[in-house]
Amino acid sequence: MKTFKKGGIHPPENKSTRDCPIVDMPIPGELRIMLSQCIGVPAKSIVKPGDKIECGQKIAEAAAFVSAPVHSPVNGSVKKIEPTRTPQGIWQESIVITTDSENPVTNPLPRTTDEIETLSPDDIINIVGDCGIVGLGGATFPTKVKLSIPKGKSAEYVLINGAECEPCLTCDDALMRQDAEKIVKGTLLIMKATGAKYGIIGIEENKPDAIKIMSSATDPYPGLKVVTLKKKYPQGGEKQLIYAITGRVVPAGALPIETKCIVDNVATAYAIYDAVYNRRPLTDRIVTVTGKGLSNPGNFRIKNGTSLDDIIKFAGGLPEDTGKIIAGGPMMGRAISSLEASATKGLSGLVILPESESLRKPTQPCIRCARCVSVCPMGLEPYLLMLQADVKKWDDMAANGVMNCLECGCCAYTCPSHRPLLDMIKLGKQELRKKK
Amino acid sequence: MNKLTISLSPHIHSTASINRCMWNVVIAMIPALGIALWTFGLPALWVVLLSVGTALLTEWAIERFLFHRQCTLSNGSALITGLLLAFNLPSILPWWMVIIGAIVAIGIGKMSFGGLGCNIWNPALVGRVFLLLSFPAAMTTWPSDVDSAFNATTGASQQVDANSGATLLSHLNSGSSSFSDYNFLDMAIGQMNGSLGEVGGIAILIGLIYLLVTKTITWHIPVSVIASAAFFSWAFGGNPLLDIFAGGLLLGAVFMATDYVTSPMTHKGQLIFGAMIGFITIIIRRYGAYPEGVSFAILLMNSFVPLINRYCRPSIFGEKERRKLA
Repeated sequence: MKTFKKGGIHPPENKSTRDCPIVDMPIPGELRIMLSQCIGVPAKSIVKPGDKIECGQKIAEAAAFVSAPVHSPVNGSVKKIEPTRTPQGIWQESIVITTDSENPVTNPLPRTTDEIETLSPDDIINIVGDCGIVGLGGATFPTKVKLSIPKGKSAEYVLINGAECEPCLTCDDALMRQDAEKIVKGTLLIMKATGAKYGIIGIEENKPDAIKIMSSATDPYPGLKVVTLKKKYPQGGEKQLIYAITGRVVPAGALPIETKCIVDNVATAYAIYDAVYNRRPLTDRIVTVTGKGLSNPGNFRIKNGTSLDDIIKFAGGLPEDTGKIIAGGPMMGRAISSLEASATKGLSGLVILPESESLRKPTQPCIRCARCVSVCPMGLEPYLLMLQADVKKWDDMAANGVMNCLECGCCAYTCPSHRPLLDMIKLGKQELRKKK
Repeated sequence: MNKLTISLSPHIHSTASINRCMWNVVIAMIPALGIALWTFGLPALWVVLLSVGTALLTEWAIERFLFHRQCTLSNGSALITGLLLAFNLPSILPWWMVIIGAIVAIGIGKMSFGGLGCNIWNPALVGRVFLLLSFPAAMTTWPSDVDSAFNATTGASQQVDANSGATLLSHLNSGSSSFSDYNFLDMAIGQMNGSLGEVGGIAILIGLIYLLVTKTITWHIPVSVIASAAFFSWAFGGNPLLDIFAGGLLLGAVFMATDYVTSPMTHKGQLIFGAMIGFITIIIRRYGAYPEGVSFAILLMNSFVPLINRYCRPSIFGEKERRKLA
């Protein structure tokens, strides 16, 4: 069975929602749609308070090359445009929409098979861009940019990331079990758009149902197949996945296209299918809501802009002993400071930790056990980087390759002295970016 | 609503902790301790208790009165140092020497560098070598009443350093005895003379298996030390089995050289480190003035660890490919 070679860890899965089907969450009466929903420049609002808007209408446009437009998930009207606190507590501009309760959602006319057949690669890329699709694995990189292959490069493989190596999360698993056909069609579209010959869907061995269903869905297509991956975190990391499936190594500091590979999440492939076949822009996604004390955990399809408070209420309400809420998975997700925030395109999960698991243990001296070195999937020396960050030797950190860090957290996870290795590495990266 | 905790990722942590690592080492030492008590009896127990007690007391006093820090005894590292020092002493060493050794081990070997994680040399070995240089006679005097494989077959007197490869091999080389004279089974289960912890080869190997199974250590250091010692022993015309089982080599390879703080950070570095320890041990045993080789070999290689770390770095994923591109 395939996997990546260097480093990696095996955290407990805790995928308690693995058998939960996808449930559509009721559409809330009010949506707060953040303008910053991708890793690039925030979108620019093109509506004003009082405007009537339709389901799927573009309400904010891409403000730069690396940026993505935002669409309304519902019929309704713009109530106001005001800053809303992000899950991390930062105020950012948002559009508040009041849902038309009589007729919240309308579906556009799907494209006919003939129409889809005649789409050129550029047409597909433009549809992906217009529909505001971003990488749904969590990084939210605008997919249009990813599919636009730079001059002189070419794509051979489209790798669809169904690894879902993060503990607790099951949203990709649920999607693969429910909508395998659509993911496959989305994959074929990506292959057409990029000129890639092969499409490979990589799934970790702990999702046998998804592997079975996806395998039979890919069977009719000669260029497509499913590869079962050994369970290991961070397999879903772009470079790790490329190595695991193709054995190719992305040069340090370079993009995956150097290895003729394009990597997209299964949810992104699904979104591309939806955009091309059904003319539906990206306005909802599947979110895993889970936690030990939660009475109704599950995989929910959630409209962009739904308040996190509503989502957690839908999942049974916040347990008494809640100590921490994580947006995303427990390894790479971010702790939330308030529930006023709303769901964005990048929200893959809400993980609720009890108080007893939310505090870190006291830091002890480094005993040079070398665990951080042996688990680092990028071949870095986290203990050394932390020592250098402690004395603000940012340039030394750069010389030791800190910018290669993918922030997977294996080092901090495994450190017996509970040292904040990744905190200090992130600090170093931030300082180095500032300097540039 | 309750207060929410905010912190950077990752939000979960493995069950690993310093305490767990250290206590695993202590557990791994129990079989060897048992053999020591069985072989040497009550005196051995006294040495162990004295050494451990002094080590704990010294660490506590220095943390409390010099560093004004929180007490760190619960992490078990001082306990390990005390135990390891006792493992390296003859059972009939005068009590005050044991105390001096433990104070030097913790005080100079560990705390003078700043405490846990800061020392360059293995603290227990610093204590042992200090005693060996200060009291060479007492440190090589073994109880005469041990019913040992060596005494029984060679009639060696109590002054003979039964656990030193050099003395043994000089016996072998001079033709006064041959390997067949030694009962290998007795040797492996500890019916021989030597320091407390080094007599029970099998017990130490059981400890090694425990350490490997619990993933407290990796195989790289112990295997490279033992393999390299066996190879060079053979290359220099010695008997590899004797060199492995008759001295402190196993004790050093499993419990001393694998000390996290004083060993290299990468597997490649650890292999070099281990191989050099094996080599230096054999060199000292064959050509050195001291019968003991392992302690010096480990301390010497401890000194090289920063250099090894500098030259045996892990390769950054994709770095080779980046250079090819450029």
